[in-house]
Amino acid sequence: MSVKTLVQLFIVITLCISPLSTVAAQSVYKIGGIFSSTGRASFLGDPEKRTMEMMVDRINANGGIDGHPLEAVIYDSEGDPAKAVSAVNKLIHRDKVLAIIGPSTTPTTLAVVNFVERAKIPLISCAAGIKITSPVKPWVFKTAQSDRLAVQGLYEHMRAKSVKTVGIITVANSFGESGRDQLISLAKEYGITIVAKESFGAKDTDTTAQLTKLKKAAPDALICWGTNPGPAVVAKNVQQLKIDIPLYQSHGVASPKFIALAGDSAEGIVLPTGKILVMDQLLDDDPQKQILQDYRSMYLSAKAGAVSGFGGYAHDAMTLLVAALKGSNGDKKQIRDRLETLENHVGVTGRYSFSPKDHNGLSASAFVMVEIKNNTWNLLTP
Amino acid sequence: MEDLLQYLFSGISIGSVYAVVAIGLSMLYRSTELINFAHGEFAMFGAMGLVTLWGQLKLPLPLAFVLTVAGVSMVGILFERFAIRPVKDPHPISLVIITVGASIVFRGVAMVVWGKDPVAVPSFSSHGSIEIAGAVIVPQSLYIVAAALVLAGSLHLFFRYTLQGKAMTACAVNKKAAWLTGIPSSRMGLFAVLISSGSGAIAGIFIAPVTMNTYDMGTMLGLKGFCAAMIGGLGSLWGAFAGGLLLGILECFGAGLISSGCKDAIAFVLLLLILYLCPGGLFAQKQADRF
Repeated sequence: MSVKTLVQLFIVITLCISPLSTVAAQSVYKIGGIFSSTGRASFLGDPEKRTMEMMVDRINANGGIDGHPLEAVIYDSEGDPAKAVSAVNKLIHRDKVLAIIGPSTTPTTLAVVNFVERAKIPLISCAAGIKITSPVKPWVFKTAQSDRLAVQGLYEHMRAKSVKTVGIITVANSFGESGRDQLISLAKEYGITIVAKESFGAKDTDTTAQLTKLKKAAPDALICWGTNPGPAVVAKNVQQLKIDIPLYQSHGVASPKFIALAGDSAEGIVLPTGKILVMDQLLDDDPQKQILQDYRSMYLSAKAGAVSGFGGYAHDAMTLLVAALKGSNGDKKQIRDRLETLENHVGVTGRYSFSPKDHNGLSASAFVMVEIKNNTWNLLTP
Repeated sequence: MEDLLQYLFSGISIGSVYAVVAIGLSMLYRSTELINFAHGEFAMFGAMGLVTLWGQLKLPLPLAFVLTVAGVSMVGILFERFAIRPVKDPHPISLVIITVGASIVFRGVAMVVWGKDPVAVPSFSSHGSIEIAGAVIVPQSLYIVAAALVLAGSLHLFFRYTLQGKAMTACAVNKKAAWLTGIPSSRMGLFAVLISSGSGAIAGIFIAPVTMNTYDMGTMLGLKGFCAAMIGGLGSLWGAFAGGLLLGILECFGAGLISSGCKDAIAFVLLLLILYLCPGGLFAQKQADRF
């Protein structure tokens, strides 16, 4: 027998056997993941993808869910709505998954919402945009805190500091625009007047022109709403222009990367953030403390880099999904109904209580205020 | 009044970045008629090289500077040797497409080598910002302006007064005729890419402290640099310098006086207007006496 026939024989045999292996693994619960693990939003998608993989491995090592092992099919959306749509179609039609976790960003999530609604597959998004769950869509949930909660936390802090007027500078993308809308719509409730509104491009290297305008309006405080690296540029420029108005940032910069980028100019900045940044400073009776520390040790043991709240969104999506999958027999309608009735489910991000009217399930307590001091985060007591 | 001065200074800060990138782009066009869309990536390599050598390995700044420029020039040589020269029919369109492809490859390589997170490096000197009549400018911006001036000036002298420079100009005017007079035209092309990628690296090195450095920063730099070169008139070194500053200043006055939401739009509408009124750019000479 020549080598060539041997190779052919090998191929034929593999082809015959491989369908058998799928038959044997039929009781697998297949779940999908769509994360922007590369591209501009990779700081979100990469930890989310790693977290999902770690969680699946851990659940399988513990015997799966009701005896069914989990299988994750994960696609990379590259932060591109078009790629997210093709990924969701693959997950629905080819992989036939029970539920989907992700996508990582608001634009990619909004792009796939209609597809999962039509296919009636539960989706737990890891993106923050309030438009994802408001108005409520029956099959769509999300684990990240809405901007609205962050704005409430921030304004409450400002009211305590008797800040009356603010100037806002927001990044010109969906994160910044959503933040801007919430800042404007909630201001009145907290007795705050917005005296100047500016924006900057996500890739801008200089924002001094906008800051000069804000300085002229002389507000009590400045609020910058954006994700890295733009807000670091704003922080640097505020220092360069010698503006002595206190600068507040959003939860979008709540990662050690911001301090690395902004350097000295980060000193004294106050921002709302999830509890993950300051988990060791939390009181011991905080129910999230244990979960946060467990998540950190799992993430660090995989040597995947520093732990972040972004991966936490995927962590919570997984624990929520697992809770809903238990006893569901793999029925999508049941998974959805169980998700909707989950109450007081404590996760890394906060405490979830879903209802038919609320598919985010978090309250303003998911945020704490921190101040950057000596290159680290300091929990401010409310 | 104070605000207007600040907008001007901010415009110079931003514009100097565009200008220093535009000079290398314009220089390559002048000597090979090639528009290199991978030029921004050379600047990115320069910035990232500085981040690694100076920011992380803590080499002395001059050494890091020389090593980075040399390294990026090597990349430029490889790029010319393996991507530009083997093209059988060097039609401008196919060459431009090759440079676009190369820029994607460079971005991909940089993403693997340096990762996806932005990194910052400190300014070259630790002076605080300089205050003039209530408006503020950062010293690093002045260094960038100086780098752009020196770059444009030395390239200008090189083309005007050295044999090598004149030979390169000759190749650009007519490759075949230059070859007939004994100028090795393919070596001149290589030399042009070498200088251009080196000046791209210098641009990146000077920009690195004022911006956040990521693997994909080259796209924006290349695009804005290209606009700046267009405003000034492609092929004109001083035009590229002036075009860069003008674009930056327009953006800042647009942001400051009208609205920051549409500052890019304002700058680009003005750009279209300039190109409509004088299609060759502000400083374009007639084709015949360009050289």
